[in-house]
Amino acid sequence: MKTRLQRLLPLVWAIALFGVILLLMVTKVLPRSYQQMLPTICTYIIMAVSLNLVVGFLGDLSLGHAAFYAIGAYVGGMILRYMTAIPFGLRMIVAIVAAAVVAFGVGAAFLYLVRKLRGDYLAIVTLAFGEFVRSIVKIIPGTGGSAGLTDIPTIAAGAFPAKYIKAFSWSYLVMILCIFFIVNLIRSRHGRAIMAVRDNAIAAASVGINVSRCRIVTFAIAALFAGIAGVLYAANTAAVNPADFDYNVSIEVLVMVVLGGMGNIGGSIIATIILVALPKILLDAAQYRLLIYAVALIAMMMLNANPRFVSFKRRVGEKLGAKFKSLRKGRA
Amino acid sequence: MVMLETKNLGISFGGLRAVDEFNLTVNKGQLYGLIGPNGAGKTTVFNLLTGVYAPTSGGFFLEGQSLAGKSPLEINRSGIARTFQNIRLFKDMSVIDNVKVGLHNAARYSLFEGLLMLPRYAAEEAALEKRARELLRVFDLDGEREYLASNLPYGKQRKLEIARALATSPKLLLLDEPAAGMNPNETAELMETIRFVRDEFDMTILLIEHDMKLVSGICEQVTVLNFGTTLAQGETSAVLSDPKVVRAYLGE
Repeated sequence: MKTRLQRLLPLVWAIALFGVILLLMVTKVLPRSYQQMLPTICTYIIMAVSLNLVVGFLGDLSLGHAAFYAIGAYVGGMILRYMTAIPFGLRMIVAIVAAAVVAFGVGAAFLYLVRKLRGDYLAIVTLAFGEFVRSIVKIIPGTGGSAGLTDIPTIAAGAFPAKYIKAFSWSYLVMILCIFFIVNLIRSRHGRAIMAVRDNAIAAASVGINVSRCRIVTFAIAALFAGIAGVLYAANTAAVNPADFDYNVSIEVLVMVVLGGMGNIGGSIIATIILVALPKILLDAAQYRLLIYAVALIAMMMLNANPRFVSFKRRVGEKLGAKFKSLRKGRA
Repeated sequence: MVMLETKNLGISFGGLRAVDEFNLTVNKGQLYGLIGPNGAGKTTVFNLLTGVYAPTSGGFFLEGQSLAGKSPLEINRSGIARTFQNIRLFKDMSVIDNVKVGLHNAARYSLFEGLLMLPRYAAEEAALEKRARELLRVFDLDGEREYLASNLPYGKQRKLEIARALATSPKLLLLDEPAAGMNPNETAELMETIRFVRDEFDMTILLIEHDMKLVSGICEQVTVLNFGTTLAQGETSAVLSDPKVVRAYLGE
């Protein structure tokens, strides 16, 4: 078994990566448009990793992850906008905690109501729930209705590059914490219970796991992290609109999860970086973004259904793994 | 001391009486066999005893506690664990993680302690690891603990299911055709393992089996089911030579 120190090693890497990116930002080696993109990537990584918890680890298909993103964005956005008596840094923390609590509660309540549904039926209900939240938001006072909530104090304040450094630092810190919690969850006994429910719910119940409660809590935890991602979105863009959370967002995040591999956190992160950054790097291709997503998704499904590709992937993975191991041994 | 007692246990699916007036008494520490031709209702009895189905008549008691109509979860927590005829492992999880899922309720740390990796998480996980490996060693699976459960050969998958069931520290273990698909050598080895489990864990075991060599080799008593009704009950050797039983298996 890994020691605690070994488990903390990725955290050290994360800090090192943070340092490198900061350096690139301060020296302006990273151009403005890329610096602007970084908080978006962090936000989407939280979305993808949390959705992976539901789709990859719990084995339930959710097409409404954007609903919790919206809840977080509105709860967080309204706190940032209206509670101006609190200093900004503290207000961000209040916004994140409040959004997390509300998203968790709504997620738990929603799945409690539809706990008997699985597979395609659950997917359809989550899709409807996403649209439902988007409509409800419009009639709540203080949200700005269809026009959206504007003038949200943004974390990206100040001159270039300081404003992007600030926005990135916030987003990165929150993202690392979210990933840390999700990875820990998966490695705990509760994480094993989640995967057991995915692999065989009947057997899971036969060894004393409360399948229903496990599904509700997992879904709610995923909602909680999507809510936190929503706060980052609101604080980065300074304006949120119901149109920002339509089902395309849910599908986009789902594509990231599928492309990165279900039940693979690292894969989700890499796929998210590629899918967010690529359209911006290939500016001309931006309008074909959804088309590219669709092709990528279909290609992944076809390839993963092909035993020859799967065994090829495994061979490559083992080879890389062995190489990595020997490298580590060489260093030690 | 009586471990399991069923009283007129029965279930109907629409007009079909799958199990009728099933009476059984298993004493603590006993190795009890449940046999009968295909479709006799043996697995249905197991599904009743583990809460997969709720009985439509009668009831059953574990150490005097009535468990009829309880959920699979409650029944497991009361002390009944099982294996499945069609193996139901957590196939995309490692061998040791399968056993650790069985130990889920043995660990006491909360979700929160797990998220923050607090000291109790580390201590309890270490204890879990130790306990899981002890169980795997009993079934000679320790060497394959990091394999995916679905990559184990068939016979070992059956053993892993027993290990996982034992991890929930039950009072009564139900084995549904543990020797199905095994060759004679594996079956002989399995018989030794089942006996060992009974002695080592002080376990009461009720098993369904078609392999008569296994049944006559290790079961002290048997009940024969046929078309949902009890055909014969008693000492293994006496029951197996009962003409009624021979007729049910071989026909007239």
